[in-house]
Amino acid sequence: MKNHSWPDERGHFGPYGGRFVPEALMGPLEELEGAYLEAKEDPEFREELDRLLREYAGRPTPLTLAGRLSDHVGGATVYLKREDLNHTGAHKINNALGQALLARRMGKKRAIAETGAGQHGVATATVCALLGLECEIYMGREDMGRQALNVFRMELLGATVHPVDAGSRTLKDAINEAMRDWVTNVRSTHYLLGSVLGAHPYPMMVRDFQAVIGREARHQILQKEGRLPDFLLACVGGGSNAIGLFHEFLGDVGVKMVGVEAGGRGPRLGEHAARFRGGRPGVLQGTLSYILQDEAGQISATHSVSAGLDYPAVGPEHSYLRDEGRIEYTAVSDDEAVHAFQLLSRLEGIIPALESAHAVAELLKRGAGWSPGTLVILNLSGRGDKDVQSVAGLLGGS
Amino acid sequence: MSTGSAFDGHKAFIPYLTAGDPDLETTEQLLLELERAGADLVEVGVPFSDPVADGPVIQRASERALRHGYRMDDYLEVIGRIRQRSRVPLLLFSYYNPLLQYGLEKLADRARRVGLDAVLTTDLTPEEAGPFCRAFRQAGIDTVFLVAPTSTPERIRRIAAVSSGFIYLVSRTGVTGARERLSDEIQSKVQEVRSCTRLPVAVGFGISRPEHVRQVWELADGAVVGSALVAHIEQHRGERDLVAQGGEFARWLKGI
Repeated sequence: MKNHSWPDERGHFGPYGGRFVPEALMGPLEELEGAYLEAKEDPEFREELDRLLREYAGRPTPLTLAGRLSDHVGGATVYLKREDLNHTGAHKINNALGQALLARRMGKKRAIAETGAGQHGVATATVCALLGLECEIYMGREDMGRQALNVFRMELLGATVHPVDAGSRTLKDAINEAMRDWVTNVRSTHYLLGSVLGAHPYPMMVRDFQAVIGREARHQILQKEGRLPDFLLACVGGGSNAIGLFHEFLGDVGVKMVGVEAGGRGPRLGEHAARFRGGRPGVLQGTLSYILQDEAGQISATHSVSAGLDYPAVGPEHSYLRDEGRIEYTAVSDDEAVHAFQLLSRLEGIIPALESAHAVAELLKRGAGWSPGTLVILNLSGRGDKDVQSVAGLLGGS
Repeated sequence: MSTGSAFDGHKAFIPYLTAGDPDLETTEQLLLELERAGADLVEVGVPFSDPVADGPVIQRASERALRHGYRMDDYLEVIGRIRQRSRVPLLLFSYYNPLLQYGLEKLADRARRVGLDAVLTTDLTPEEAGPFCRAFRQAGIDTVFLVAPTSTPERIRRIAAVSSGFIYLVSRTGVTGARERLSDEIQSKVQEVRSCTRLPVAVGFGISRPEHVRQVWELADGAVVGSALVAHIEQHRGERDLVAQGGEFARWLKGI
């Protein structure tokens, strides 16, 4: 894992990734890839992105020692990478800023995006307001119900939110609809995809924009502890916050990494979103990766208490790193995540997003087995304000 | 039978059906009726749960078909039965994942045995089509690919290199679905394609009226009608003479 220079020039991470899209999108994807590779090497682009990450998003985000949580799990030293403290409340802004700057550079006047939990939609609406881009967001109707506050937030920011009524009315269906919009309006529109999913160059580009998380965390932990962590923990929906934290550490053989998927209500197909437990390689929405599907190759329904993890595919780089044995993937249930959501709130005064609570739940499971002094960084990818109402409903509160 | 024979000495009329909508028995009868109505090639749509290249009409048809829980073998069986009674070339039209999960070589072999002529998947482009082309060409089945308005001349050449049977030109950017009028871009795009290949060129997406079909015939070798026919079937589903209605609509489109 020393010289990790994937993907290859056609977007493959080992056997995964690539470009599986209607021909109409091939030209635009090539154009996007070219523009991105050029922008990446342009000092002016990098400076502007760095400045916005610093002065607008509020980076670097702190690495917070979670003392009471550490005591609770049994003596490991647990740090939280505080992506929840970004402007808009999640790591999604890192990628949204990068892509919106790129869209402007490409002369696109309009940006579209999908959203599950609403965090990526809010981040996209925010950066479009900042840069004066027209913004339209696709969101499954089921998710609009679960995340009503974020819908209003996006509208306040000037975006139009389109409800999607197809299929399971969640993130997957929102992506289908965004792809249909893009294939129709491709000449004027940038598709601001929110995770390390989709056709090349998205998994690579979104990873690069999110890798700032791991670069900061590496620097911060070395300053605070004088050594690299033993474990990194992050939740995995599409997998952008996880790859963002992990990427900088892939070459450090002593750093173990755990990605946590949504175990939902149980192991039956349709009851969870744990692709590495119940899925197998296939093609969905532009990329080849592990997906939840039936024997005929039809994509299966998924369930998670967390809208942001409720998706049948995982980013292709995760599939590759899983097969290579570099990253371990596991899953926690809805109940475990909701318990962790409450526990972190009480122990640290930090209400995590339900997505991030999955990583906290995994920490609680493993913590007892760790020797004192085990050094852990957990990516707290977003804050939980958006989830307060639905958790109150689950717990029978008012 | 061969795919190319659809274009022999005349302009081709190419209807598309979503197989299994309203059910496979009706699909079989509709296919035979379409041949009687003058279809020169029929596209048999095998539905996929996430049809990103399709508009609302074919999305709904796919959902209806998927509710039956048909398997690839069921679709192949219908193709086989049609082949025993009809000479019309048949093209399997789908997305990549259902084919990939069945197994490309196994599918190509069975498709050859039931008498399928060609295959097209809307989310597969030459870059990723190596295994797909090897499997189907080896079985003597034509591999048809799409050219889009956004395809550069370089891309068109790359597409032509992996195509056999014919080239399917998408008339406009966007998903499948009927339109009031056709794009003005078609003429120049057909010429671009012709400068890259000697294969016949069929045009599809948005063709929904007899005058569209005639307009396309003036410019290219074949006209594909999908959503308009599928919408007509949707509108008349449950009616006793659905099959006759489908045939009548096809005759109207073809101008017989």
